[in-house]
Amino acid sequence: MSTDHHSLVAHQFDDAEQQQEAATLGMWAFLITEILFFGGLILAYTIFRNKYPGAFQAGSHELNVALGGANTAILIFSSFTMAMAVHYAQLGKQKLVFWFMVGTLAFGSAFLGVKVYEYNDKIVHHHVPGPNFEYHGEFANEVNPRNVELFFFLYFAMTGVHAVHMIVGAGVLIWLMFKVRAGAFSQAYYAPVEMFGLYWHFVDIVWIFLYPLLYLIGRHT
Amino acid sequence: METTSSSLPLADKPKPNYLTASYGIKSWLLTLDHKRIGILYIITLTTFFMMGGVYAALIRLELLTPAGDLLSSEAYNRTFTGHGVLMVFFVLVPLIPATMGNFLLPLMIGARDVAFPRLNLLSWYLLVIGGLTAASALLTGGVDTGWTFYAPLSSRYANGAVLVAIVGAFIAGFSSILTGLNFVITIHKMRAPGLTWFRLPLMVWAIYATSLIQVLATPVVAITLTLLALERLFGVGIFDPALGGDPILFEHMFWFYSHPVVYIMILPAFGVMSEVISCFSKKAIFGYRIIAYSSLAIAALGFIVWGHHMFVSGQSAYLGLVFSLLTMLIAVPTAIKIFGWLATMWGGSVELATPMLYAMGFIGLFTIGGLTGLFLAAMGLDVHVHDTYFIVAHFHYVMVGSAIMGYMSALHFWWPKMFGRMYPKTLAKVAAVLVFVGFNLTFFPQFVVGYLGMPRRYHFYPPEFQIYNVFSTAGAMVLGIAYLLPLLYFPYSLFKGEKVGANPWGAKGLEWETASPPPTENFEFTPVVTEEAYAYAKEGEPVVH
Amino acid sequence: MWETLFRDFSFLPEQASEHAGQVDLLYFFCVALTAVFTVLIPAVMVFVAIKFKRKSDDEVPKPVHGSLPLEIAWSVIPFVVTMVLFGWGAVLFFNYSSPPPNSLDVHVVGKQWMWKIQHPEGKREINQLHVPVNQPIRLIITSEDVLHSFYLPVFRIKRDAVPGRYQTMWFEATKTGEFHLFCAEYCGTEHSLMIGSVIVMSPEEYDQWLQTDDQDGSETPVAAGERLFSELRCNSCHNGAGGNGPSLDSLYRTRVAFTDGTNAIADESYIRESIVDPRRHTVAGFGPMMPTFQGQVSEEQVFELISYIKTLGVE
Repeated sequence: MSTDHHSLVAHQFDDAEQQQEAATLGMWAFLITEILFFGGLILAYTIFRNKYPGAFQAGSHELNVALGGANTAILIFSSFTMAMAVHYAQLGKQKLVFWFMVGTLAFGSAFLGVKVYEYNDKIVHHHVPGPNFEYHGEFANEVNPRNVELFFFLYFAMTGVHAVHMIVGAGVLIWLMFKVRAGAFSQAYYAPVEMFGLYWHFVDIVWIFLYPLLYLIGRHT
Repeated sequence: METTSSSLPLADKPKPNYLTASYGIKSWLLTLDHKRIGILYIITLTTFFMMGGVYAALIRLELLTPAGDLLSSEAYNRTFTGHGVLMVFFVLVPLIPATMGNFLLPLMIGARDVAFPRLNLLSWYLLVIGGLTAASALLTGGVDTGWTFYAPLSSRYANGAVLVAIVGAFIAGFSSILTGLNFVITIHKMRAPGLTWFRLPLMVWAIYATSLIQVLATPVVAITLTLLALERLFGVGIFDPALGGDPILFEHMFWFYSHPVVYIMILPAFGVMSEVISCFSKKAIFGYRIIAYSSLAIAALGFIVWGHHMFVSGQSAYLGLVFSLLTMLIAVPTAIKIFGWLATMWGGSVELATPMLYAMGFIGLFTIGGLTGLFLAAMGLDVHVHDTYFIVAHFHYVMVGSAIMGYMSALHFWWPKMFGRMYPKTLAKVAAVLVFVGFNLTFFPQFVVGYLGMPRRYHFYPPEFQIYNVFSTAGAMVLGIAYLLPLLYFPYSLFKGEKVGANPWGAKGLEWETASPPPTENFEFTPVVTEEAYAYAKEGEPVVH
Repeated sequence: MWETLFRDFSFLPEQASEHAGQVDLLYFFCVALTAVFTVLIPAVMVFVAIKFKRKSDDEVPKPVHGSLPLEIAWSVIPFVVTMVLFGWGAVLFFNYSSPPPNSLDVHVVGKQWMWKIQHPEGKREINQLHVPVNQPIRLIITSEDVLHSFYLPVFRIKRDAVPGRYQTMWFEATKTGEFHLFCAEYCGTEHSLMIGSVIVMSPEEYDQWLQTDDQDGSETPVAAGERLFSELRCNSCHNGAGGNGPSLDSLYRTRVAFTDGTNAIADESYIRESIVDPRRHTVAGFGPMMPTFQGQVSEEQVFELISYIKTLGVE
């Protein structure tokens, strides 16, 4: 049976089309589970934001909007380069695929670099939840510091889980780059690149939600 | 597609099947064959079931007397937690989908394998790793939170190996997600030509509904457990009120997963019922479409009723009203199924084979389990019985009485398909009857003692409750023996059982059209489906809906 | 041995309130419903198994693919029955959560692993709840640590004790005697020892019991609250004479407006929140000045402060 098939079609599939459809549907289903995973965090954030609006605004005020904004831009660029990589994969232009992947990896790393800088800033200012947490910001007289701490807990949980997704993505990207170099893909078979593209865009979109939630909403001016 | 003319049956030499295609431990541990993975799951889950069973035996022995004389309170709490964690996360959730589902799904839809065989093997490894992690937590120090991990007990006060157990449950969750995802895609994309949605066996519908729940609910418990672990690890978080958090939020997030989980356990058993009852009545399922839809309805409703676990917890009374109302609605699709099966048997050609005995036991126990659910959905009554042995009895009727009965029915039904040999039928029937009797003796008295007010998770209890506990413990011994019997006769049958052909029960369905045991690639050539499911009647009859 | 075991055999716990009788009535209805189906369905199965027993392997029964009237019947009937149950259960639930106005407030604090109870007259007790018969009692329940649940089976009521929250339930005992009190929510090692009794007494006995001396003295919560109120210098701001804080006169059960435009009813939960987390809501017209008293006052002291505040400006 398998001798009739192109070797790139796994034995359980009848043809490349069925394989491609299954992979795409599978990736979308996986992304739905991811939405629910982040959904739990966003639910918790919404509940506590509603419960402690003042403290959440005070916490939000401590975040660096410019850096968050820069990171948003960086991720949008990385989404663009990834989309281009998928585009050239469809056309079978492996060199361009590779270089756009390099771009994506560079932007992704830049994002993580900025994130590390921001985290460091929080550590320096004792904004990491725990026994050393302190809040002496502008609204220190109006809010309960424990509730600001809760904001920072959610900040670290949400951006941390997002960053883990970025790091995993970067790892997969590097692996794909080796595969591209090794000539594993062709115009007929580039599903892994396309699937990874979906994942990468998803991770970007999560940030597009996190940025306004954490940095922008109800900010004191 | 390959040409069909080339595959003439070879005369003498028996063709290799999936069991004989290759040998050695490695050929099993690295297998991508869904059938072998199904067998791996059966072995794994049986092991976890026996571990959970030892815990259950300890609980029942301890409760024989009102004084806590066998175990210390610490040890008793670790025992029921171990029982709950193992049985829920590592036995009941994967039970039917991972074992029978893996083995049967591609066969039932005429596919060569699931859509993602490597992912499938990964799911099994994740379950094993998660199970070993949780078991290590249970054995080294134990966990003293109950399987529900309620905060802030679990996040701050408990002194057991809570973190490790959480990690174990978390890993098992991913196993569950990946299995569900794999099955959803397989059902969507891998069906044989002619096998339309409404020609699918109802077992496939049930697995489909189950998989949707696995995919949609499990990520929420994953993030919940992550947050709980962070809170326990670093003392910062969102559940402990001392930190500004809210323990009720934990209950909401936990039950948003853990209520649908009940349907992960029971829906596949419903699917098994449809297969077994139609086969042993030799009749098409009564109301095929409505039974298929009712599986989806139960899956959907299952997502919006979690708050019925929280009527006395401090959730708003009006929210409670909504949850009570929605919970009541689940009775409708459930009733449709039960009456549909009865109507299927009516006027059929009924044979009381072992799988059918289990199926009839299932219907009896599920009737009680389901109807006692109504007691709990009625808010004013739930206030009294919540967190008593009434609850314990209710969920064991559903999760053991029904889900495990369904699994046993499935195992006895498809065993000859899996191994090409029949188990000793009379012994199996004796075991089936013993399970039914032992089960009722164990759990029925718990309804009574629960209504009398005995709280669950009690190590010491007032002496007037003893008589019910004595019955319960006696029943548990019968049940234990009944569960041990298949552990003896199934392995025996592998070597000494009577050899059977492709279709020993005269059943309908694609899995019965291939050899027993099936070849690695399932079918010699891709089947083409031209009839409805359960076409037991002779050909040519017009199908009336 | 068997005699002693069976001596206690029964199917119902004692009924010691009117509510308990009503809950039992719903229970009987449910039991009857369950019994009918639990007999009917297996009976049908046994009948079918005999009547339609397979006689030969060749027989092919006539397929029946469905029947709309039947399917409608077994969808609509369960629906109607469950809606009755829903309504009935909801009515009982609202009865259990709506105390009559003349209730006596008793404070309950759960902690690992005991129940601490304080009566409005100041009497304190542990793991015992003495109450007069025929008098509605409202329990205000909270916890110092983990979740617990205050469960009185003879009244068919329980309520979770949740740290950081007040929860209430009420009962009116109709029968004197000593009955079980359990913790129903698993709370750690000695969960099953977090038990006690509710002792229902005649009003005379209850009065007598209140007079008996014990080590805790009998300062009423109001008096203790008044003492705390001045010890903690609450009155330096909340003095009703243009201080930095809003006046607390006649505060209880009135509506309070906040600076952010929202408002709330000043019940026990609100007053509690204002003491332990005062900056969550700031009363309109005032600044966020008040420091938190979380950790400085115990749950019992919060109760006492609330009891006192409830009396302010009330004749």
